[in-house]
Parts: sequence; structure tokens; C-alpha cells
Amino acid sequence: MCGIVGLFLKDKSLEPQLGTLLSEMLVTMTDRGPDSAGIAIYGADQNDLVKLTIQSPAPETDFAGLTEDLRKAGVTNASILPKSTHAVITVSSDQLDVTRTALEELRPDVRIMGTGSAMEIYKEVGLPKDVLERFKISDMTGTHGIGHTRMATESAVTTLGAHPFSTGSDQCLVHNGSLSNHNNLRRELTREGIRLETQNDSEVAAAYLTGEMAKGKNLGEALTSALDDLDGFFTFVVGTKSGFGVVRDPIACKPAVMAETDAYVAFGSEYRALVNLPGIEDAKVWEPEPATVYFWEH
Amino acid sequence: MPVFDLATTELRALNQALHALDKSGANEDFEVTNPRGSHAVAVGIDAPVNVTIDGSVGYYCAGMNEQATITVKGNAGPGVAENMMSGKVVIKGDASQYAGATAHGGLLVIEGNASSRCGISMKGVDIVVKGNIGHMSAFMAQSGNLVVLGDAGDALGDSLYEARLFVRGTVKSLGADCEKKEMRAEHIELLTKLLADAGITDVKPEEFTRYGSARTLYNFSVDNFDAY
Repeated sequence: MCGIVGLFLKDKSLEPQLGTLLSEMLVTMTDRGPDSAGIAIYGADQNDLVKLTIQSPAPETDFAGLTEDLRKAGVTNASILPKSTHAVITVSSDQLDVTRTALEELRPDVRIMGTGSAMEIYKEVGLPKDVLERFKISDMTGTHGIGHTRMATESAVTTLGAHPFSTGSDQCLVHNGSLSNHNNLRRELTREGIRLETQNDSEVAAAYLTGEMAKGKNLGEALTSALDDLDGFFTFVVGTKSGFGVVRDPIACKPAVMAETDAYVAFGSEYRALVNLPGIEDAKVWEPEPATVYFWEH
Repeated sequence: MPVFDLATTELRALNQALHALDKSGANEDFEVTNPRGSHAVAVGIDAPVNVTIDGSVGYYCAGMNEQATITVKGNAGPGVAENMMSGKVVIKGDASQYAGATAHGGLLVIEGNASSRCGISMKGVDIVVKGNIGHMSAFMAQSGNLVVLGDAGDALGDSLYEARLFVRGTVKSLGADCEKKEMRAEHIELLTKLLADAGITDVKPEEFTRYGSARTLYNFSVDNFDAY
């Protein structure tokens, strides 16, 4: 099954509540998939700074002294904010590559979950409620975000196998379904130089969209290409720095409900996920059509 | 009138009360408030009773219904009135995929749109949709009637048996072995009754086109191999 949610705010006054609203939506979807959970949130874009969300199986040892070690490796002015098994490292954007290389050498067990000027990603094995509490997602503010609660089918139940997947700067994807041509696509994408971390099918979808957008397509155009090139069952919710998109495969057996008001666009695997949103009683509520791309941009 | 507020009452209490009703006598009307997308609301009733649900429901509302009249004042999730045997289910809003799947009898009225696979494998139910229906509707439908006031999506009536399909708008494409058929007097008469049962008075039966099975896929024939 899997449960997916997404919330794209139009009304800035709701931004302080984004973490709380998304958390409630995701917890409601717990019984669609209790293996692991994750969330990606887009906060304020920081000029010339980039955030790396990292994860470690041994955070206490890996995060200790990391800023100092990075400084010695040539990363000046890195700041680090640990949150449980994750930490957000902020560096100036021209130092992203040197930070990546330094992390690989200094902390080989640390994984980069995502990078970007606005996006942070938190995901772990466990129930949504526990995962969200662990990272204090309710306290987070932002413009839009997506979340996922997983019932694993295509790869192991691990932190890296949890959603959202991020394969490009400020890009992330959550998926309900299973792809059947992911091995072939993974080989093609790897040949194009896109780096994949797992054997998971959904990561391939994320990487595919990253590849299409790298060719100059916008999110909507990339999602349209996905309908031709991805084979299998999917309902995707995708985030970029300023955009939010939804697409379902032509068979459309993976459920989806959307709601829109003047204040937000919301997505849920089921209507239950949306019932606590402000003004839902008067929202336009609809089921996204099969093989149809929906996207919004700030 | 019993009122069950699902914000404060367990769903099981509602369904148990509905299962305890008199199967052959008169029953008080039930009202259900704050369904908030709950699954399996008013499932498995076998009694003449009116149940009104004030809001949207999740999966499988009114499943296996016998005798009851169930009205949803909102949208319904996947599988509404699945396997209904008799009675009447009215959805004031839209219905998600496989509405009325495998239903044997009764009447399902959807006042908004129904999405994909509406009436899949229907076995005698009458379904009236005021809006549009999605792709693969009436797939392998065996008997009963599907009436659509709007348009139908791709592959309508694929591998159809003896169900009758009446569509007033356009059909995006027909499924394997489904074909357009002539509207005879008996069909006008049937449609007049179905529209009246669904409370529709402003639409004429002559505006519909009938679709049914071409009956070429009933028995295996090697010449039809590509169609299977």
C-alpha cells in the first residue's frame, strides 16, 4: 500500500504551521504502511547557502567535531544542527562539492539524504508518529512539503529505502506503487552520470525526473515524460524548490485525493489525511485523473 | 432517531447497531455525523432502514448492503456499495474507483462523477451516474444496468457479458467485445424506469446510446487469441 501526503501553501500565514499540518496528515496514514516514514520540508531559501541533510547510524560519534574536521578539509564556515540520527550542515553554496568529498573521506558511514537551498529531508525506520517526533517535524515552518509512510515491496526496510528520495538539489519524490522497468532505467541513468544509492524502484523515479529536469524541462514537462518512460504502478508526489507536482499512471489503481483552497493545495492517499486541514469543508476536493500531470509553482 | 457521531463513537458501535436491526420490520432512521473519510461505514446491513451519512466516507461504504437505503452527503472512497445485494445507495458527491463492484442487486446512484472501474464485474445491480465515469468501467460486467448521464472513459465494457450500458455523452473508447447497440422500445421503457428510480426527471431516455456485448469472446476461439 504505502501512504503519501503533500501540502503546498499559497497563504503565507499558514507557513509556521506547515510541520504540524503535514505531521497530522502523515500520522493519519499510518495504517497504510508502518515500516518507515519520512518527510521533506521546504523552508526559507537562504541566499548563497546550501543545506546538506545527512544521516548516520552512529550520530554521536559521527557528528562530534564534524565542523572542525570539515574546516580542516577546507570547508570554511560550516554550521551543523544535529537532530537525532540526522543533521543539517549549512555551507556556502560554492563549497557544496568540497563538503561532499570531505564527508565521504571523514565520515564514510554518513549518508547524504538530500541537498538544497530550501529542502531538508528526515526519514527513518519506524511508525510515522515516532519518526516525526524524533525529528520534531511539528516545529518546522516552510512553504511546502511531502511525506510518506512505507509498506515495503521492492527493497529492504532500511533508512535509505525510506521515502522521500532526493536525487537532485531541492528535488524530492514520494511514491505509492511499484515500477517494473527500474533496473533498466537505473543502468541508463547511471550511464548518464546520475548517482543512485539504493536498489529501490522509487529512487529510480526520482533520479529519472532529476535527469529530465537537468535537460531543461520544468517539473510539469518532466512528469509528462515519466508517463511514457516509467512502467508500472505509481502515484507520485514531487517537490522542487518552488514547485509541487502530482501524477498517476494510466491504470491509476493507487489511490489519490486532492483538495485546493485559496490557502493551499493538499494531497492525500485517502480523504482521511485531509480532514484536519483548515477550511477543508469548503475546499474543492477531487480525485486526480489517470495519466494527467498536475503541478503548482510559487 | 439514533445519531452516531464518529468523532466520539467507534465505527464498530455503529455497524453493530445496524446489524442488530429487525430484518423484516420497520426501523428508525439512522444518522451518522463526522465520518471524516472513515472506512467501512454502514457495511453489511440486512434490514429496511434509512441511513444518512453527513460527510465524506473512505473505502467500502455500504458494502454488501441488503434492503437498506443509505445516503452519503459527500464523496465516497473506493469500493462503495461493493457486492450490494438489494436496497439503495445514493452518493451526493463523487465516488472513487470500483463503485458498485460485483454488486448483485439494488440501485446505486452517484450524483457526481465515478472514477475508474465503475461497475466492474457487476452481477445484477443498477447503477446510475449523473456525471462521468472513468476508464475500464463495467469490465467483465455480467448483468444489470449501468446508466451514465455524462461521458465514459477508455475501454468501456471490456470483456462484457450480459450487462446493459447506457451512455448519454461520449465514450472515449470501447473495450474488447463491447459494441454499440440499437435502442429498442424495451430499452426505452427500462431506461425510463431507471431514471425515475434515480429521481431524474429532466433527461429523456432517447438521448442515450446503448452498448452491450458482441458475444464473440464467450467461448475460447483461437481466432480471437489477440483479444484475450
